[in-house]
Amino acid sequence: MFNSKKLVAGLAVFFVFIIYSLGVRHETPVISKPAALENKSSNTTSSNNLTAGTSTTYSSTPANSTASQYKDGTYTGNSYDAYYGSVQVSVTINAGKITNVKFLQYPNSHSTSVFINQQAMPYLQQEAIQSQKANVQLISGATFTSQAFVQSLSSALSKA
Amino acid sequence: MGMPITVEVVDNIDDTEFEAIFTYFKAVDERYSTYKTTSEISQINHGLPENQWSSEMRLVLDLCEQTKRLTNGYFDINRNGNLDPSGLVKGWSINNAAKKLLDLGIVNFYIEAGGDIQVHGINASNKSWEVGIRNPFNIDEIIKVIKLHDEGVATSGTYIRGEHIYNPFDKNQKISRVKSLTVIGPNVYESDRYATAAFAMGETGITFIDSIPGLEGYMVDDHKLATFTKGFDRYTA
Repeated sequence: MFNSKKLVAGLAVFFVFIIYSLGVRHETPVISKPAALENKSSNTTSSNNLTAGTSTTYSSTPANSTASQYKDGTYTGNSYDAYYGSVQVSVTINAGKITNVKFLQYPNSHSTSVFINQQAMPYLQQEAIQSQKANVQLISGATFTSQAFVQSLSSALSKA
Repeated sequence: MGMPITVEVVDNIDDTEFEAIFTYFKAVDERYSTYKTTSEISQINHGLPENQWSSEMRLVLDLCEQTKRLTNGYFDINRNGNLDPSGLVKGWSINNAAKKLLDLGIVNFYIEAGGDIQVHGINASNKSWEVGIRNPFNIDEIIKVIKLHDEGVATSGTYIRGEHIYNPFDKNQKISRVKSLTVIGPNVYESDRYATAAFAMGETGITFIDSIPGLEGYMVDDHKLATFTKGFDRYTA
């Protein structure tokens, strides 16, 4: 049907914009009600002043549409994987029109950026350290404190 | 400085020649120890004019500057406005002492100071020198045995003296992920200065060592995992 196709297309564009905007926002995004819908009298300046994404959506919905197959109320969508995390929205319908969309889950992707640990050097071999039972003539290690040296020396001397 | 020094000479050596090695190290300590207020480095840090610096000190400071360039700034002897060249002097002085023995015709020996080692020739059993790498989590254990002939070995670590190695690019950062880094090089001067710099790089230090021809490294992190350079195994088993 004409109206629902446009609405679905509009919603698709809307969500694409939301996913895009996650890359540039930190705070929880809440889509504020556009003036054009709240204010029933026509507002000719509205579409340029609306937040970018919503103008496309709302201007495509004719003011006198009979999209009343959507019952008034607030509805929660399923949660979907957006790669860096989940996205879940709730939508509010009023007088057959979308009047609010709210994010219930969004990926705080900036805190889940991949931590490059030493796995970033995959071409160098690694192994768990293991105690070796072996006779050696000398040992390389970090510096002893003087006290430790004296203790070690006296314990060695006690065996001599 | 003020660290224990061990010298083992397999060949025959005169007592006076042997003692001369320890006398040399004492002189190095007198000049470069930041713990001695009378040392030349302490006097420099208290404002001794440059025209009164010894030529040897100038040489050492030049070597420190060169090392800083070679390590992209990670070897840096500046400590809160004071100079502390001990990260280079230790290996440099051991290397000098080894040269003194070689000049005497001594071929089979090792010199060890503060965990840094220069070996030469073969041990008393006519085999390569067998050097253990200390377990940074248990100083009574060794975690690796390396067999050396003429190389130098230096280990930088945090487990005994505390975190005495600084990242010159972030003085508040504690080098916590790397517990110890052992570097094998053609001589202990090279091993020591590169181990000092690479340790300050944190986890990428071992990659830096891998990129330098002639150096091999073995790094232990705080999860008891070791990472080693591509040619390191030529010194094991």
